Amino acid sequence: MAIELTPGLISRLPHRERWFYNSRVRSILFQVLAIAAVVGFIYYFLSNAFHNMETRGISTGFHFLDNKAGFGIIQSLIPYDETYTYGRTFLVGLLNTLLVSVLGIVLATALGFVLGVARLSRNWLVSRVAAVYVELFRNIPLLLQIFFWYFAVLRTLPTPRQSISLGEAVFLNIRGLYIPAPVPEVGFGWLGVSLALAIGLAIAVSVWARRRQRLTGQTFPSFWVGLAIIVVLPLLHFYALGAPLQWDLPTLKGFNFKGGITIIPELAALLVALSIYTAAFIAEIVRSGILAVSKGQHEAAESLGLSHGQTLRLVIVPQALRVIIPPLTSQFLNLTKNSSLATAIGYPDLVSVFMGTTLNQTGQAVEVIAMTMAVYLLISLVISYLMNVYNAKKALVER
Amino acid sequence: MAVFDTIDAKPAPGRQGGLVSWLRRNLFSSWTNGILTLVLLYLVVPSLWHLIQWSLIQADWVGSSREACESGGACWVFINTRFSQFIYGFYPEAERWRVDIVFAVSALLVAALLYPKTPAKGWIALFFFVPFPLLVLWLLHGGLGLTVVDTHYWGGLMLTLLLATVGICGALPLGILLALGRRSKMPVIHSLCVVFIEFWRAVPLITVLFMASVMLPLFLSAEVELDKLLRAVIGIVLFQSSYIAEVIRGGMQAIPKGQYEAGESLALSYWKSMALIILPQALKITIPSLVNTFIDLFKDTSLVTIIGLFDLLAVGKAGLADPNWLGYSVEAYVFIGLIYWIFCFGMSRYSLFLEQKLHTGHKH
Repeated sequence: MAIELTPGLISRLPHRERWFYNSRVRSILFQVLAIAAVVGFIYYFLSNAFHNMETRGISTGFHFLDNKAGFGIIQSLIPYDETYTYGRTFLVGLLNTLLVSVLGIVLATALGFVLGVARLSRNWLVSRVAAVYVELFRNIPLLLQIFFWYFAVLRTLPTPRQSISLGEAVFLNIRGLYIPAPVPEVGFGWLGVSLALAIGLAIAVSVWARRRQRLTGQTFPSFWVGLAIIVVLPLLHFYALGAPLQWDLPTLKGFNFKGGITIIPELAALLVALSIYTAAFIAEIVRSGILAVSKGQHEAAESLGLSHGQTLRLVIVPQALRVIIPPLTSQFLNLTKNSSLATAIGYPDLVSVFMGTTLNQTGQAVEVIAMTMAVYLLISLVISYLMNVYNAKKALVER
Repeated sequence: MAVFDTIDAKPAPGRQGGLVSWLRRNLFSSWTNGILTLVLLYLVVPSLWHLIQWSLIQADWVGSSREACESGGACWVFINTRFSQFIYGFYPEAERWRVDIVFAVSALLVAALLYPKTPAKGWIALFFFVPFPLLVLWLLHGGLGLTVVDTHYWGGLMLTLLLATVGICGALPLGILLALGRRSKMPVIHSLCVVFIEFWRAVPLITVLFMASVMLPLFLSAEVELDKLLRAVIGIVLFQSSYIAEVIRGGMQAIPKGQYEAGESLALSYWKSMALIILPQALKITIPSLVNTFIDLFKDTSLVTIIGLFDLLAVGKAGLADPNWLGYSVEAYVFIGLIYWIFCFGMSRYSLFLEQKLHTGHKH
């Protein structure tokens, strides 16, 4: 039976797309709308901001960076006192942030790797202790842990006169940890030459050992030999030069210790809390990385006759690292960002010094907050760029 | 012809069961293991014993002032006298029944949602996400017949839970939209979402909170008066939504391409194919990671202490500043830590349970 095409039926056929059903038109329309919305938002925010700042008498621009800051900072890696500018406070804060981040990363990684391996230990007690550690510390807010170490632990240390001391060199009291400071004398710089020489020699040994292994199959403990060279050669040189290094010991003068290196309690508390907290996460990453290497790899290595250490070093760890490194870097980033909690206990990091004191004194919220955020943005962009480079290099080459 | 030596049969393996055998296998399997076990026992047992003695055996539980704490153990009296503050903050005593109702109903709803076999879960979820928040807002804030309780009286565990719940309820939809935007083929939408997500993920939450409390009022016109609590919530939602977006994007990437094509071949529109095909699967496989994000959010709410809101941690700190109760910081922090720990540990266990339950194929 043929269908008769009546005019009524034809009009109901989908003969032409309406223009707003065209996906190209739609996509352009949506994008234009999105741009308009974003521009509108930014315009609204900025016009409000300028209006509000004008009515409140807040000046704009970055001129404030050249003004005298007029406040002291309890810890600075570069020369600083009240007469320096706000620009300098920014730098001091940034360096303090980097200091605590780098130290924290080193400590957390070391602790995390130990705990991650311990959690896989066949010793029941070791794996239980590591599991309890991980579950305990990663489920409590970091800020609470920082408060705990700072207010509940370090605030209860004795006064300088009743310091806990180790020999006559290391002192611990409520004002901080005092350790001897090395003071290099004339000729100390020459040690750099012998150190460079030793490192070069160690590299040469490892290159030679690798080539020999490729040719003959004989192995050589190049790591230990290299380490011995790097330690022993500069040490010999050091004594040959007549030990040109003095120690500046902290001594009690009046109510406080003078001399040596002081680790302020704020730094100590922050460092301890950051390392302990992040180590719990790193331990889990390490554990899952090692578990991700399939059992067959282990068995293959054993059947080739590799020793336990060789299996770990040559088979398990390289493959586990591929899984471990990406989340590990994001933990490093987290630690760096978390170091901003320093402001809660008064460690002079970037947020505390710049977004706290400087912001309060100058009132230039927009500039200060933008600069602070830009720093963190930059740090994480750099780290994620390096991460991508590493990933591209280490990615499994597949068919 | 080769000559083979026969190897003697190995002796039968020792008994596997029993305490001695268990000890030998798990604690003293070798010399190094044995030494490690002993060293750890030496370190762990005394400190554990000390902890139990301090927190339970020698502790003081009842009383009304610090005079009740003389035994040298933990002074739980401090927690006891301030318990209601830890829970309600500075919420007026006469109105606390409202908070209790909110606690009770939310506990019931959450329990119903978490239990796998509850009937009519969809309706419960709908009630939980749509009318219930308004009801909570009315009960907590007042108005319409109830006395108004201003937000700066809100505090304690109540505020922590509120921030976390509102945070997740706001961040999840926004995160889904951002994830869709980042996967979009429209270059403008894609890049806007990438910039948004990467920006919030790169900066620390504390700077976001500072921004919300200091900079946001500058950006809005003078007539708009935003509550301090609301500003913190906005900061938390923006911050957390980009983490959620990344989690969901991961889930969407794991969905096989055939699923997208199936949606198209059925002539479903973009939103329909996302809502009916892709997102249900993507959300399902990301639930464990979403729970982990939620745990992070829950812990991160403690940061509002720094901008001057009285959450659980801040109430604890305020209690420590009371001159009548100086020097009990360990008790306060241990108690607060325990509350946080119970919530976070509970959630992480639940996420593990879900992971096993939802393990329906995709992996080997």
